[in-house]
Amino acid sequence: MKKVTFPHMGTSVVVFADLIRDLGNETVVPIRPNKRILDLGVRYGPEFACLPFKILLGSYLEAVERGADTVVTSGGSGPCRAGHYGEVAQKIMASAGKDLEFIVFDSIYQKPLEFIRKVNRLNSSKLSYWTIVQLVRFYWRKLQALDQLERASHRVRPRELKRGEATQVFNESVKWVQESKTMGQIAEAEASGLKAFNAIAQNSEVDVVKVGIVGEIYVVLEPAANLEIEETLGNMGVEVNRSIYLTGWTRENTPGGKKSDGFEDAAKPYLPEPIGGHAQESIGHTVMFARDGYDGVIQLAPFTCIPEIVVKTIMPRVTREHGIPVLTFFLDEQTGKAGMQTRLEAFIDMLRRKKETREEMQYARVSGH
Amino acid sequence: MRGYLGIDVGSVSTNVVVLDEQDEVLADLYIRTNGQPIKAIQTGMESIRPELPDDLKICGVGTTGSGRQLAAAIVGADVVKNEITAHAVAALNMVPGVRTILEIGGQDSKIIILREGVVTDFAMNSVCAAGTGSFLDQQASRLTIPIEEFGDYALKARSPVRIAGRCTVFAESDMIHKQQMGHNLEDIIRGLSEALVRNYLNNVGKGKEILEPIVFQGGVAANKGIKAAFESALGLTVQIPKYFDVMGAVGSALLAREYVGRYRPTNFKGFDVTHDTFAGKSFNCSGCSNGCEIIEISNQAAVVGRWGGRCNKWEIA
Repeated sequence: MKKVTFPHMGTSVVVFADLIRDLGNETVVPIRPNKRILDLGVRYGPEFACLPFKILLGSYLEAVERGADTVVTSGGSGPCRAGHYGEVAQKIMASAGKDLEFIVFDSIYQKPLEFIRKVNRLNSSKLSYWTIVQLVRFYWRKLQALDQLERASHRVRPRELKRGEATQVFNESVKWVQESKTMGQIAEAEASGLKAFNAIAQNSEVDVVKVGIVGEIYVVLEPAANLEIEETLGNMGVEVNRSIYLTGWTRENTPGGKKSDGFEDAAKPYLPEPIGGHAQESIGHTVMFARDGYDGVIQLAPFTCIPEIVVKTIMPRVTREHGIPVLTFFLDEQTGKAGMQTRLEAFIDMLRRKKETREEMQYARVSGH
Repeated sequence: MRGYLGIDVGSVSTNVVVLDEQDEVLADLYIRTNGQPIKAIQTGMESIRPELPDDLKICGVGTTGSGRQLAAAIVGADVVKNEITAHAVAALNMVPGVRTILEIGGQDSKIIILREGVVTDFAMNSVCAAGTGSFLDQQASRLTIPIEEFGDYALKARSPVRIAGRCTVFAESDMIHKQQMGHNLEDIIRGLSEALVRNYLNNVGKGKEILEPIVFQGGVAANKGIKAAFESALGLTVQIPKYFDVMGAVGSALLAREYVGRYRPTNFKGFDVTHDTFAGKSFNCSGCSNGCEIIEISNQAAVVGRWGGRCNKWEIA
């Protein structure tokens, strides 16, 4: 039986682990990236590779120690080196004497036949395609439920009266979703989770600052890679939304529907072509956050990530033309939070002052002062 | 007489300031942190006390800088604020209408853009050490010139030498090369000042609209050569406030005064804390899988501060 491991990416871990198990494999569930995993990744990875690569390589090496012999990961399209990370990791591990099978999934639209061949390799139980489709739909529904719960946590956390309650409810409701066995149970777990969030004592008076998060997908989605920025912001009384959830907002609302939420159009005046990574997404979503009335945007990028460096140089123009302040963090091996804390505090202070002045001015206009 | 205490515990220096009710500085102090923030805070408190009028009563305390939480636990603070906000508040108070703040300290440099008295944009250096006070310090000692005279040398330059400024490693090797070629010291120092300013404007100041009035503060503002380099690069006048090196502390004292107002009692523990023995220790919480690293500061047996957790299980501030 294959012993399969895969990248750790936020809360999605619980879902992918079960899916791979149901296909008839043993799973070596990746643990939350910690200091040791980072150390391993830094030791074996090329110095110039970015943080996501080092974390993933470290996770694979850690999983090998627990018996993993197969890695399932995603490739990528477009000129971002992360698209080659699966192959690079495989070579590095082979040279370190750890020969593993790598199954790298690229978009199904690119090479459909190859995609199906890879599914076959992972399909150890020889399930029918129909069953696999059913399984994927089932777990997709779980991912949707998790995203819904995460959104609720972002809404409630800045308003909770007792710090930590939203996080606690979130952790519990993730478990409920994970334990669900049928579509009905998932819906039930999701509903009870949302209900639990609403039951948290909240300060409804506060006018919270709203911040959008954009950037490279891994550092946006994996809290261990971004120093838990969403939770930190929530605890500072800030409502957070991010541009990327594993299941897109549009796809959620229109089954089998559109691929994009319109970020290409929003990014067009600044970056008409995809240049790899999530550059176009970062620009487009910043514009969209500005239109939706957000107070500010935070860009997260792995240190040395070219697409995000390009985005950073474009951001001043987006700020000027859409009046949305942007704060950029380049993330690397550092685990000290003080620098980020200081910048976040100052950024939020600034947004709050701006919001207050804007409201005073509006009041003055309305009342004729 | 009512007074307000501001403490800025930075990585390189610890600054203490006491303001009166008219926002006048009664006493100010700049000492080296030397990697021992607790000791620096205590020394600062002890040295500033004799400089204060006898009838002065501290009615509010503000702390800032990377050691702000630590300072707050030791002296008992009313306001704990980040240094960007503190610097902006101080500059606004000293130079009303200020629209740009250039700040270069020991370990970091920042730019703050204000419009109509409100911070509208800021940036802080993040991944680069070039363009900070420590680098100038290091080069001054390599050239065996006291850092205080560095600026005077720069002003005497006739034809500044071009020095690479993007990275301290490049800058240093470039400088050594130019020295060995036979350039004089004044021209090299002026070249270095220009390189630092160029790096600052391209890096921290990138994409920012720099408008007058411009205030230059932080320890490096003492350096006349850097001020001159800023003025020639920008083509604008740069002002240096009187208390340029303790602006963070001034700002936090102002914030403290605003916060306590007339009636709110202060948390200040008194100047006697200088005689106490504070000790810090840390442990890993085993309450859940997060395994947070908790820091605990105690005064003999009494715990005065505890933080570092992701929940508030251990928190005492």
